[in-house]
Amino acid sequence: MPVFAGSELTCLRGDRLVFTGLEFRIAPGGVLVLLGPNGSGKSSLLRVMAGLLKPLRGTLGWDGVGIAEDPDLHRSRVQYVGHLDAVKPVLTAVENLAFWAALAGAADPAGNARAALDRLGVPHIAGVPGRYLSAGQKRRLNLARLLAAPATLWLLDEPTVALDRAAIALFEGLIAEHRARGGMVVLSTHTDIATPGGEELHLDDFTPYADDEEAGDEEYEEEGAAP
Amino acid sequence: MSRFLRLVARDLRLALRQGSDATIAVMFFVLCVVLFPFGVGPEPNILARIAAGVIWVAALLASLLSLERLFQTDYEDGSLELLSLSSLPLEATVLAKTLAHWLVTGVPLIVAAPLLAVLLNMDSEGFGVLVLTLTLGTPILSLIGAIGAALTLGARRGGVLLSLLILPLYIPVLIFGAGAIDAAINGLTPRPHLLLLAGILAAALPLAPWAGAAALRQAVE
Repeated sequence: MPVFAGSELTCLRGDRLVFTGLEFRIAPGGVLVLLGPNGSGKSSLLRVMAGLLKPLRGTLGWDGVGIAEDPDLHRSRVQYVGHLDAVKPVLTAVENLAFWAALAGAADPAGNARAALDRLGVPHIAGVPGRYLSAGQKRRLNLARLLAAPATLWLLDEPTVALDRAAIALFEGLIAEHRARGGMVVLSTHTDIATPGGEELHLDDFTPYADDEEAGDEEYEEEGAAP
Repeated sequence: MSRFLRLVARDLRLALRQGSDATIAVMFFVLCVVLFPFGVGPEPNILARIAAGVIWVAALLASLLSLERLFQTDYEDGSLELLSLSSLPLEATVLAKTLAHWLVTGVPLIVAAPLLAVLLNMDSEGFGVLVLTLTLGTPILSLIGAIGAALTLGARRGGVLLSLLILPLYIPVLIFGAGAIDAAINGLTPRPHLLLLAGILAAALPLAPWAGAAALRQAVE
C-alpha cells in the first residue's frame, strides 16, 4: 500500500523561515487537513508536496522512495488545485477542461470533460467561454479537473472559496468517493469541510517564531516589493 | 508527442481567437518598413541599397512585440504551474509554446517580406534569398526570445527589460540574414551566410528550450 510521507521538512520563502521540522504521513484513503492562520505556510506546504517548491531541508517519500529521485513519476500521481483558476477567457469550459485531461493522457478528453462538468452540477456551462463564467463556476470548472484527469493524490489549496453550500456538499461527496477508491487528499481550508476520520495538521506548531503579526507584515512587504 | 501537439494546438487556438497578436506583428512590420521611404527620401537607389537591412531590422522588432506575452498570461492565470506539473517535460512545453508563437508571428512576416521588398525596389536577385533567410532566421528569433520571456517573467516593466536583454543577442542573426541577401544581389554566393544561420538555428533548437525551462522553474517557485 502506497504511503505519502514527509519528514523534517523546512521551507524558506525569501529570507523568512515558514515552517521547520514538519512531519506528515498519509495512507491510502486518508485525508490531511492543513490548519493555521494566514501566512503559516499552508500553501507553501502544498506546493512543496506537489514538487513546485523545493524544501530547504527534509525529504518527501512515496512508499519510502524519495520523490526527488523520479519527479516525473510524482507529477503523474498529483493533481493540484491552487488559488488561481487557470481558466482561459477565450476557450469554452469544455475546451479548457479537455486540454488538461488530454495533457494528463486521457483517451477521450472531451468526453471526460463533459462527464466531469455533469458530475459537478454545471453541465450547462460546457459551451460558455471562460470570460463569462462567475467566480463560483470557474472554481467548479477547476475542481472538475480532478475528475477529468484522475490522479491518486489531490492537493487542494482552499478548494471551497467562492463555492455555495450545495457545491460544498457535492465536493465533500467527491472527496469521500476518491478516498473510497484509495485516493489521498491534502487540503487547506478556513471553512468547514466534512472529512470524517481526517487527520489535522496545525502548521503554527511548526512556525519557528510565534510572532505571526510580524511574519504577516514581512510577507506583505515582500509581495509589494516583488516586481 | 501528441501532448506536445495538443499544447501547440491550444496556443494557436488562443492566438487566433484573440486575433490581435497575429495581426499586430505583421502590421507593425509593414508600417515600420513603409516609414523608411518617408525618412530617407524616395530615391530608388538608396532604398534598394538599404532594403535588406531595413526589412531584417523591422522583422527583429516585430518579432519582439508579442514575446512578452509568450508565458505571461499562463503565468498570471496559474496555467504555468499546472503545465509544469503535467507529464510533458517543461522543455517540451517551452518548445511547443515557442513553435506556436513562431507560427502566429513569424510565418506572416515571411509571407509579407517579398511585398515589402518590391516596395523598397530591392533587386529581384535577392527575393528568394530574403524568404530563405527569414525562414531560417525567424525561428531563431522566437527561440532566443523565449529565453528572454522566461527570464523576465514576473518582472516589472518586463517588456522593456526583455528588449534590452534580447536585442543584442539578435545581432548575429541580423548580420548573416542581411549579409546573405546583399551577397546574392551583388552576384556572390549567399551559401556561407545561410549555413551559419542554419548552424545558429541548430544550436538554438535544443539550447533555448533547455534554458527557458530552467528560467520558468525559477519563476514558478
